[in-house]
Amino acid sequence: MFELTTEEWIAVELSLRISVVATFVALPFGLAVAWLLARKDFWGKALLDGIVHLPLVLPPVVTGYLLLITFGRKGAVGAFLADTFGIVFSFRWTGAALACGVMGFPLMVRAIRLSFEAIDRRLEHAASTLGANPLWVFFTVTLPLALPGVIAGMVLCFAKALGEFGATITFVSNIPGETQTLSAAIYTFTQIPGGDAAALRLVVVAIVLALAALIASEWFARRAGLRYHGE
Amino acid sequence: MLSVDIEKRLGSFSVAVKFETTAGATALFGPSGSGKTSIVSMIGGLLKPDRGRIALGDDVLFDSQARINVPAHRRRIGTVFQEGRLFPHMTVAQNLDYGRWMSGVSIDPADREHIIDMLNIGALLKRRPGHLSGGERQRVAFGRALLMKPRLLLLDEPVASLDRARKLEILPYLARLRDEAKVPMIYVSHQAGEIQRLCSQVVRIEDGQVAAIGGLELLDWELHHPADHKQHPIS
Repeated sequence: MFELTTEEWIAVELSLRISVVATFVALPFGLAVAWLLARKDFWGKALLDGIVHLPLVLPPVVTGYLLLITFGRKGAVGAFLADTFGIVFSFRWTGAALACGVMGFPLMVRAIRLSFEAIDRRLEHAASTLGANPLWVFFTVTLPLALPGVIAGMVLCFAKALGEFGATITFVSNIPGETQTLSAAIYTFTQIPGGDAAALRLVVVAIVLALAALIASEWFARRAGLRYHGE
Repeated sequence: MLSVDIEKRLGSFSVAVKFETTAGATALFGPSGSGKTSIVSMIGGLLKPDRGRIALGDDVLFDSQARINVPAHRRRIGTVFQEGRLFPHMTVAQNLDYGRWMSGVSIDPADREHIIDMLNIGALLKRRPGHLSGGERQRVAFGRALLMKPRLLLLDEPVASLDRARKLEILPYLARLRDEAKVPMIYVSHQAGEIQRLCSQVVRIEDGQVAAIGGLELLDWELHHPADHKQHPIS
């Protein structure tokens, strides 16, 4: 009874790929921005904070449209990336990953920033007296201690990416096999006669994926947390 | 020899001190809040003075006129803090070797062994700091600072957070450390009794200023009136 058709599988696989890529590509940027916001005072900090959070409060369609006019074929950044590096976003799964990454970014940054702020900075100072330069302090003390928060941020970003709909469909449309994610496929199935069963199957898949991501993150965070207190 | 001549404003409080150390173990002695920790933070490079000069032998660590400010990680000054500050996500062995990895100093395995034996922490190597007692944690912190082969050791109230029994357990290790490791030490404390056991030179700090420099005779009053040092006649 619960058999996914090839088309449905493709949507699931595509969604997973897009979400994983979005999360891991966003991660280094998320770490950098979270670190800047948590540790540094600089001119324009409030502005950066605002821009990072914008996708959280803007209608997703607006974010998608902004992506379209900047990263689309004719957009300033999009044209440059296409001509120089051959990276094309419009109507490709890479564009869907970009949209999902942008939408998940504020959630990721928030979680990581909070965990950076919670770290006892005196441990970082101790590391520097022991000869660690700022980069090593970050990778050997700050990052490992922030790990539970970093994982939480990644899961939030992943979950957001998995469920992203508005920005993605506005930016890269709804092309089966290329940009039709799980959410877009469910939407499509609900729009065609007799699509209910397929939509329902994908809904179950979406619930299972979301739950699995939550449980996995709990497990990772618990393991990371345990390391500070023993075993 | 360490020479310090620095000024720093911290809100409404300000520190302005000038002293030189000659002895193996020098005490920075004074009541809580007199600025001792700020002074060692500036020597260690964790706090930047507003003005002045800090030099270790011929090596200038800070000079506001020459615009020199060697960052903490290049000073090679070992620091032991009141709360140990061991890295909770690393084992004791990893904590001990951290300075060696980061500063790239090479240390003879026999020397490492010797320091671990001297501090009696060999049995703790595989544990994590969360599973150590306060005294054990401080001993590991001493070992960690020593194993980076520091040119100077800053000990900032290293036993203040311990109860009396633990203190008595740690002090002999510190005396051995002073005699065997042969690293010059700055020992920060407000306890005359500890200083008497470890140091030969005393720099008395009050209200962010040097009130007196001399030998252990500066502690005479406290040693005989341990209960109320705030009413010291020279302060």
